[in-house]
Amino acid sequence: MSETKKVEFEYSQIDSERMRLNVGPQHPSTHGVLRLEVELDGEIVTEVVPHIGYLHRCFEKHAEKMTYPQVIPYIDRMDYISAMNNEWPYVMGIEKLMGIEVPEKVEYIRVIFAELNRIANHQIAIATFGLDAGAFTPFLYLFRDREFILTVFEKASGGRLLYNYYWVGGLAADVHKEFKEDVLSIVKQVRETNKEIADLLIYNKIFIERVANVGILPADVAINYGCSGPVVRGSGLPFDLRKDAPYSIYDRFDFDVVIGHGEVGTVGDCFDRNIVRFHEMEQSCRIIEQAIEQMPMDGDVREKLPKKIRPPKGEIYTKAENPKGELGFYIVSNGTDKPERIKSRGTSFVNLSVLPEISKGYLFADLIMILGSVDIVLGEVDR
Amino acid sequence: MQAQEIYEKLKAEFGDAIIEFNAEPFFDPFVRVTTDKLFDICLELRDTPEFDFDYLACLSGMDYKENLGVVYHLYSIKLKHSFVVKVTVSKENPVVPSVERIWRTADWHEREAYDMMGIQFEGHHNLIRILCPYDWEGFPLRKDYVQPDEYHGMKVPY
Amino acid sequence: MGLLNKLDDPYYGGGIILGKVEDILNWGRSKSDWYLQFGLACCAIEFMAMNASHFDFMRFGCIPRTSPRQADFIIISGTVTFKMAERIKTLYEQMAEPKYVISMGSCANSGGPYWEHGYHVLKGVDRIIPVDVYVPGCPPRPEALEEGMIRLQEKINKQAIFNKRKRLAEEEQKELIISN
Ligand code: SF4
Repeated sequence: MSETKKVEFEYSQIDSERMRLNVGPQHPSTHGVLRLEVELDGEIVTEVVPHIGYLHRCFEKHAEKMTYPQVIPYIDRMDYISAMNNEWPYVMGIEKLMGIEVPEKVEYIRVIFAELNRIANHQIAIATFGLDAGAFTPFLYLFRDREFILTVFEKASGGRLLYNYYWVGGLAADVHKEFKEDVLSIVKQVRETNKEIADLLIYNKIFIERVANVGILPADVAINYGCSGPVVRGSGLPFDLRKDAPYSIYDRFDFDVVIGHGEVGTVGDCFDRNIVRFHEMEQSCRIIEQAIEQMPMDGDVREKLPKKIRPPKGEIYTKAENPKGELGFYIVSNGTDKPERIKSRGTSFVNLSVLPEISKGYLFADLIMILGSVDIVLGEVDR
Repeated sequence: MQAQEIYEKLKAEFGDAIIEFNAEPFFDPFVRVTTDKLFDICLELRDTPEFDFDYLACLSGMDYKENLGVVYHLYSIKLKHSFVVKVTVSKENPVVPSVERIWRTADWHEREAYDMMGIQFEGHHNLIRILCPYDWEGFPLRKDYVQPDEYHGMKVPY
Repeated sequence: MGLLNKLDDPYYGGGIILGKVEDILNWGRSKSDWYLQFGLACCAIEFMAMNASHFDFMRFGCIPRTSPRQADFIIISGTVTFKMAERIKTLYEQMAEPKYVISMGSCANSGGPYWEHGYHVLKGVDRIIPVDVYVPGCPPRPEALEEGMIRLQEKINKQAIFNKRKRLAEEEQKELIISN
């Protein structure tokens, strides 16, 4: 046996070269067709350049060519996970321009469906976030519950995913007779599953090790980047349009704005963004219960539907709290039945732009977790 | 703070740079400003404590048929008021100063406005297309845009 | 249909099947199709629901693979844009033969809601890759996708493997002759 050769070197002598790695557009963890160009120094991420537009479906062009009611299905297809929430700011804006007051019952149904959709969205967000970390079981549990919510949507609107349900001045159809019981049983089911998910995923030791102290986003950076929704609330800033600029009838309900406290790490890490979503599901349940209690069951949801939708010349910026954050529409009307221009402020588009800032200096495996914690939908990023 | 007061304060400071103030019904109250003072006005709006517009909600490129424009929707998270600033530029020379250094949100929004409308943002660090492919031709959201017949050998119309 | 049905009509008292090797091969292939895990747009969410508890895609023998080189078929689940079209073509070319394509949803079939003004949308994925099964709907319900999967299995069951090779060889010969 020959003597073991001793290699003496200093780390600084090793030739270290930056590597550029391409992630996506076909990649199981990019949640769609996002492409990230990552510069790596060993395992450390030094730069991230997102390339988007792989799902650019020309929403704004379509909005100019269609009449006002015809635009609603295209809005559904922007953030296809929470379609009910998407339609809301748009119809609210046109109602404001035309001066339509919607009936009480419609407002309640809108709130209930929006909150149910928020739960469904957060279920997908947490499920895929867990999937990124390698937890498959919570995914199955959460998707099972989501199907119950979709059943109620289907009974009301006929669609499982894309609804075209909120119309200007009312709703497309009335809810079914056993609506209240159905919704309450869903609320019960969601609460039960959430208990399991808390044990299985959220407070799981392995999961916490993976997400705590990763991807820290300070609140002032978040504001400067225009982040909203759970991303900015995870950084400890209680910015929620339902409280800050109450629209519809949200001022009648008693609920808390959940913010991140840095329970297991630093304020604004991946864990905080995730836990905000988790607790928001409980708050949505509370809103739904109150709304179900106060909601009148009689009355027509279609009586106020205008025959011709022709808003007066003007422009308005309407916004509402989507599950992912502030969704805004800048609607310019020229007095005809087709809009002059609709610009949509895609929530995910703005939230995603913070990714290069918060993923620098972490391991490459953490990049996937950070991306999952921002919770984007590519349909809304690219529109 | 009401839009009227914001306008008066801005008018006192910047004078002729504020071209018009519009508070008609059916409009969110807005001011129209000149492009050369836009950056200073935006900085003033962000940094003065009584305005405190720390949140750029939306930035939209516009096509007004004769000329182009940019609309800025501002919001203050602390004071909970909002305001709208507009600029107009000619189609021949559509150059607007970039506000990317004031609000980082503007980075991607300005790239989108460039991609869709062809508005040039002066001082933007990386003004390239964002949604369309990098070799796309034309600016799709302009009113006079016509679809190309072919892209990389694939037929575009139905 | 298929191999096991032949047991209903057994030869000499049962246990013996007379058939073609092709049948066995096709039976095996159709019951263990692996697909490329790949989502494009809204249809991909329905596709995810299909994978999850209520509909359980795995009972078709379908297992997700993340690399196109291990996949038997690809589900184009959503809108194909021009920026994405070239990537999809590459993905398809990377898959090993025999390979199949399911086009899911109106967008992948024909451009869907974006057929008229969508300057950046490819009007039908069959303009770049050959499609075996079209599933209509916007989005198709998971049940519709199940039906599409059954159709694909039927198609695989009926495929001629050996004759196909011979035929292909003949065609190649002809082409050679022509080009020479
Ligand atoms: S067919 Fe409909 S649901 Fe499917 S991707 Fe196209 S727009 Fe979305």
